[in-house]
Amino acid sequence: MTTPLLSVSHLSKSFPTSRGIVQAVDDVSFSIAAGEAFGLVGESGSGKSTIGRLALGLITPTAGDIRFSGQSINGLSERALKPFRRQAQMVFQDPYSSLNPRLRVRDIIGEALDTHALAQDRRDARIAELLDMVGLNASHASRYPHEFSGGQRQRIGIARALAVEPRLLIADEPVSALDVSVQAQIITLLQDLRRHLGLALLFISHDLDIVELLCERVAVLYLGRIMETGPTDQVMKTPRHPYSRALLAAVPKADPDAPRMKRLVSGDIPSPLNPPSGCVFRTRCFYAEGPCATDRPVLAPAEAGWQCACLRDPLPEHE
Amino acid sequence: MAVASDQSAFKQDGPLLAVDTLSVSFRQEDGVSTPVRDVSLTLHQGETLALVGESGSGKSVTSLAIMGLLPRPAGFISSGKIRFQTRAKQTVDLAQLSFDDMRHLRGREMAMIFQEPMTSLNPVLTIGEQIAETVRLHLGLSGRALQAHVKAQLDLVEIPDAARRMDDYPHQMSGGMRQRVMIALAMACQPSLLIADEPTTALDVTIQAQILLLIDRLRRETGMAVLFITHNLGVVAEIADRVTVMYAGQVVETAQTRPLFRKAAHPYTNALLSCLPARAKADASGLRRLVPIQGQPGVFGEACAFAPRCPHVTAVCQTKPPQLELTDGGSVRCFRWRDLA
Amino acid sequence: MNGLNSQMALFLKRLFRRRLVLLAAVILTVLVISALLAHWVAPFDPSVMKLVRRLKPPSDVNWFGTDEFGRDILSRIIFGARASLGIGFLVVLFSMGIGTVFGLLAGYIKTLDSPIMRLADAMMALPDILLAIFLMAVLGPSAGNVVLALSIVYAPRVVRVVRASTLVVSALPFVEAARALGVSTFRILRVHILLNIASPILVQATFIFAYAVLAEAGLSFLGAGVPPEVPTWGTMIAAGQQYADDAFWVVLFPGLAIVMAALSLQLIGDGLRDMLDPKLRKAL
Repeated sequence: MTTPLLSVSHLSKSFPTSRGIVQAVDDVSFSIAAGEAFGLVGESGSGKSTIGRLALGLITPTAGDIRFSGQSINGLSERALKPFRRQAQMVFQDPYSSLNPRLRVRDIIGEALDTHALAQDRRDARIAELLDMVGLNASHASRYPHEFSGGQRQRIGIARALAVEPRLLIADEPVSALDVSVQAQIITLLQDLRRHLGLALLFISHDLDIVELLCERVAVLYLGRIMETGPTDQVMKTPRHPYSRALLAAVPKADPDAPRMKRLVSGDIPSPLNPPSGCVFRTRCFYAEGPCATDRPVLAPAEAGWQCACLRDPLPEHE
Repeated sequence: MAVASDQSAFKQDGPLLAVDTLSVSFRQEDGVSTPVRDVSLTLHQGETLALVGESGSGKSVTSLAIMGLLPRPAGFISSGKIRFQTRAKQTVDLAQLSFDDMRHLRGREMAMIFQEPMTSLNPVLTIGEQIAETVRLHLGLSGRALQAHVKAQLDLVEIPDAARRMDDYPHQMSGGMRQRVMIALAMACQPSLLIADEPTTALDVTIQAQILLLIDRLRRETGMAVLFITHNLGVVAEIADRVTVMYAGQVVETAQTRPLFRKAAHPYTNALLSCLPARAKADASGLRRLVPIQGQPGVFGEACAFAPRCPHVTAVCQTKPPQLELTDGGSVRCFRWRDLA
Repeated sequence: MNGLNSQMALFLKRLFRRRLVLLAAVILTVLVISALLAHWVAPFDPSVMKLVRRLKPPSDVNWFGTDEFGRDILSRIIFGARASLGIGFLVVLFSMGIGTVFGLLAGYIKTLDSPIMRLADAMMALPDILLAIFLMAVLGPSAGNVVLALSIVYAPRVVRVVRASTLVVSALPFVEAARALGVSTFRILRVHILLNIASPILVQATFIFAYAVLAEAGLSFLGAGVPPEVPTWGTMIAAGQQYADDAFWVVLFPGLAIVMAALSLQLIGDGLRDMLDPKLRKAL
């Protein structure tokens, strides 16, 4: 088996807060092959954004290991991390605060080039190339971020990320702040970039429809743990885990002829400060039984490439 | 050719709310802007109408104008009528109502919930106190009866363990619970009209589903009408009886929900629907892809505002702005809707 | 390019709408220009004594009267502006310099936050003027030492403002993006943070300018500041106070100069804050 581009194993991250320790990420493992698109799906408190920032080395894990092409980035200094910066880059959720308002587009993208001493002899030409790649043009280089719309700003953010020629793009809710029509533009752009550049994608989102469209594999997160992971088609069509089923059932469908939401989970997402014992989903689960409160389910292989963390797997029947 | 500036003839008993050619303007540092032009919509008792649009479409400004909550003194209604049928079966024009009359009506007959409940709740009062204040104001209750009513309000919005949660402060509650409290506050006066401005946008998917069901249940039980403002077409399909679509400050289409999602009359509505990830179509290489709307929203002018982005644009679209025309069961603002049907 | 021009135009439009701020700006400009061009503007040599004309009230020869040595008060105020405003300006420069560096470090580097801020808190716990007098006692009286002492006194205020703004800006995604790219900490502080907190720093600068002008006058009045032979607004009042009963103009006009300068600076600071804040919030 070839070495994956990114492999994350037994990753945990806890944050001390004034009201106690938050276990944001709890023993999460997954890997992404070169050129593959992997989706991380979850609601608030699922730890999906924290995983993205851990993978970039922006924050350090409490436990576990992150490897790029087999090389661990654990405990590396900023200086030692620098070569890895060209492996993975990030696209952020908020197109407004992810660009420095005081810099021109040329300097925003140019900074990425300068930091890694790339294309220094043809800097302007390379910036124009990058802008063209994301559907903007060279004349945009001399403008400031506030002169652009949200969708255009997101394109600039993508161009900045692409400037260092990364092999993996980590996109943290990159379209959730955008209008539907702009959203479609950015999703299409990401698809095109993947196709033309062979980029791998770690796509972090709460929107299952977009993940289904963009990603080959997916992991469903709940309160910092992976509930289920496998090929997107299978997980979305015949989810194994009760939480995946609940999540899919709750997504409003833009089709009045589709069957309405039938069995909705009740209650709130528990506080990550005080997660339930055993299986974290058991407090809202239709299938929970005695052992679910005491035994922590582990991610177990169900079918080829498909894993599920549920004591009751396989569940009685699909609804 | 029927021009649908007034659609109140749809039902015999007359609509609860009829917005008629409403325009809203804002005084700004560099002149006056008019983000809402010529908007007409109707809402009947017991009905849910979704007002859909992207940012800048004017949907929120329209709802604020209906509620009399336009930011003063910059925002004002520059023309049009907002006819509202009161409980006393009188029809009043909300656009002409005095500030005090409007406030009176807003407390008793119409209520509004917002996207972010935290900013609408007082952080230093318990939720029980806040609901009690509203109930006291509207129903004149006090003492035990008041407490019982407050608890009943919380039960109504399915807040578990209501007797205990009454003493919670807003910051002790989750976003979903706070939205339930906002709905309890809105329902305290048993409004005949509830305006919900993106009430589930900030919530998680599983919580959103619960709130949608709650609003729908309350509508069925009380017979109130709901004007549901959202950008999420999935939410529209779940909750709305009818849909009004706005684009660049104008209504471009109104229709029953089912036909609209099957085949909309206006090119913009269809384009918007094809931007939905679930509606992606496989291309030649088998990759499922979307059909984005190209370009940026056009500005209001001498032509159809959607013309620069419209795949069906013709010469006539560029010469004059189209009027709202009646279709069967709705209306559409497009010169070509008959050809495209 | 265009955007910047229209922003500038909008800024000027807002400025002209605020009459009071505009008036303050005009007064300050007149003070600064006359200080810079003192040799040409002042009607008399400020140090030439005419004992026959001592303590003369304002007249068409000496508009603001004369002092106990018969020197022209208007001329001395104009030359005094050089020292008073000059000291104020240098205090702004140095306290901003020190405060910005420490504020950025405290706000961006977690391990430095606590030590820097505790020191700043301790310094701010003392009344400004007491701390300044203490420092002057240690350093000895001279214009340079007044600048040094007041810079030390006001630097903690700048540290606070800069740290608070740094905390806000450093949590923004564009800073995270820069870190993800491997941009050096120095560049992040300089380009991504400092550029974006320039507005609150500028506002703070005008306030410190005003405080410094007042404090210099106070120190000089108390004899803990500039040596009495150097004309500053503070030394003029200090020297004139014993004649104030009979010749009010000896202290009134330098006093007015101090009030006008400090008030204009405060008004400009308030105006700047009002004008810059909404834009800053929108930009971020």
